[in-house]
Amino acid sequence: MRLSKSVRLAIGIATWVLTSTNLPAAQTNVAVAANFTEVAKEIAAAFKAKTGHEAVLSFGASGQFYTQITQGAPFQVLLSADDARPKKLIDDGLAVPGSNFTYAVGKLVLWSKTPGLVKGEETLKAASFAKLAIINPVAAPYGAAAVETMKFLKVYDALKPKIVEGATVIQAFQFVETGNAELGFVALSQLVGSDAGSRWLVPQEFYSPIRQDAVLLKTGAANEAATGFIAFIRSPEARSIIEKYGYVLDGQS
Amino acid sequence: MNGLPPELWQSVWLTVELAAITTIILLVVATPLAWWLARTKAWWAEAIATVIALPLVLPPTVLGFYLLVTLGPNGPGGWIASLWGGRTLAFTFEGLVIGSVLYSMPFVVQPIRNAFAAIGDRPLEVAATLRSSPWRAFWTVAVPQARPGFLTGAVLGFAHTVGEFGLVLMIGGNIPGQTKVLSVAIYDYVEASRWHEANILAGGMVIFAFAVILTMTLIDKRSAAVRP
Repeated sequence: MRLSKSVRLAIGIATWVLTSTNLPAAQTNVAVAANFTEVAKEIAAAFKAKTGHEAVLSFGASGQFYTQITQGAPFQVLLSADDARPKKLIDDGLAVPGSNFTYAVGKLVLWSKTPGLVKGEETLKAASFAKLAIINPVAAPYGAAAVETMKFLKVYDALKPKIVEGATVIQAFQFVETGNAELGFVALSQLVGSDAGSRWLVPQEFYSPIRQDAVLLKTGAANEAATGFIAFIRSPEARSIIEKYGYVLDGQS
Repeated sequence: MNGLPPELWQSVWLTVELAAITTIILLVVATPLAWWLARTKAWWAEAIATVIALPLVLPPTVLGFYLLVTLGPNGPGGWIASLWGGRTLAFTFEGLVIGSVLYSMPFVVQPIRNAFAAIGDRPLEVAATLRSSPWRAFWTVAVPQARPGFLTGAVLGFAHTVGEFGLVLMIGGNIPGQTKVLSVAIYDYVEASRWHEANILAGGMVIFAFAVILTMTLIDKRSAAVRP
């Protein structure tokens, strides 16, 4: 008798929680491309301040997230570093068709900790360095853009033996930061807030635009926090944060 | 085999090479170390043993992080590399060997130390009364008796170097033929959704691990049967 009483109580509480219209806040798991780490944190904080909903962020390589999502990873939103994987997830039937859009266009920078080392394309042509860090071009578009740039300048074959690959933008950044590689191709967003060393903003015509697309996964279609977060990214508030970190918004260039 | 990329086999050979060199270095380093640890009465010996055992507990990323800094141009690694005109030991095969030796050390030292300790003082005392020098007693009495410990240590040291991932990902730089080892190659194939290649390498690893554990169990059983 005591058991059934507590069971009834539990059902009562559960019903009250589920039917309560004044839900405290919802939560969503968002997979974020590593290059967008700092921006996403600031956006999530602004999102929470505005809506009370919480976006729990995971950071990693887009390729890794794609694989995890196809294997049932509990994400509701993907902020990819490219536009191919969100499209692929829609084709796979794992994301909501039409929910993909470009939230930022990434900018590639050649960067060194040594002042004066990076002057421009002539630095790549002169090749007076031992190691050049890039991001794995198969897994991340910043790596592919770096390879494209080197091919455009016809220095790729000459530089190939000097290239070291990081698994994510963060790792490629660390290779340069720790001095193990003298210079490397990184995302402009990683250098925001620091003037140290030397850098060259690679002209956009040297590589195809790094369109970073967001997509709502089907697991998040009914999640208020997930749909809210993806809508919030398009808001003027979020867009100004994205611009502050060195990204270009869609439609500009 | 049906159109498998040659870089796949390159990773396999590189890994075998790395594991073999690491194991040989470890056997040379671990033997006197394990002997000393098994025989000494110094109170601080356990502190040394604990330092050696740290990789058992620490995530490989801890070692990877410190190695990235230590091997770099501002650390001792940069100084060593400058001896042959390099600037860093990261992204080199030598750097991977250093990392692997540190990482796999407990797997070699501990079985050998245990084997030495199991012999006890008695056989060596007997050898001494028969006027055997300590050096000779070590080679003719202790080492043969500790053989199963050496075998276990060598097999585990090799296998752990083959299976290492976090560390090589952090200091390797993913250079084909130099630092792109098997575990990183599998990671790359999975990232690129190339399931076929990933499957071949990962499946091969499962078979390899099975063979290692089975071999070890059989060695263990045999040496137990041989003992009086």
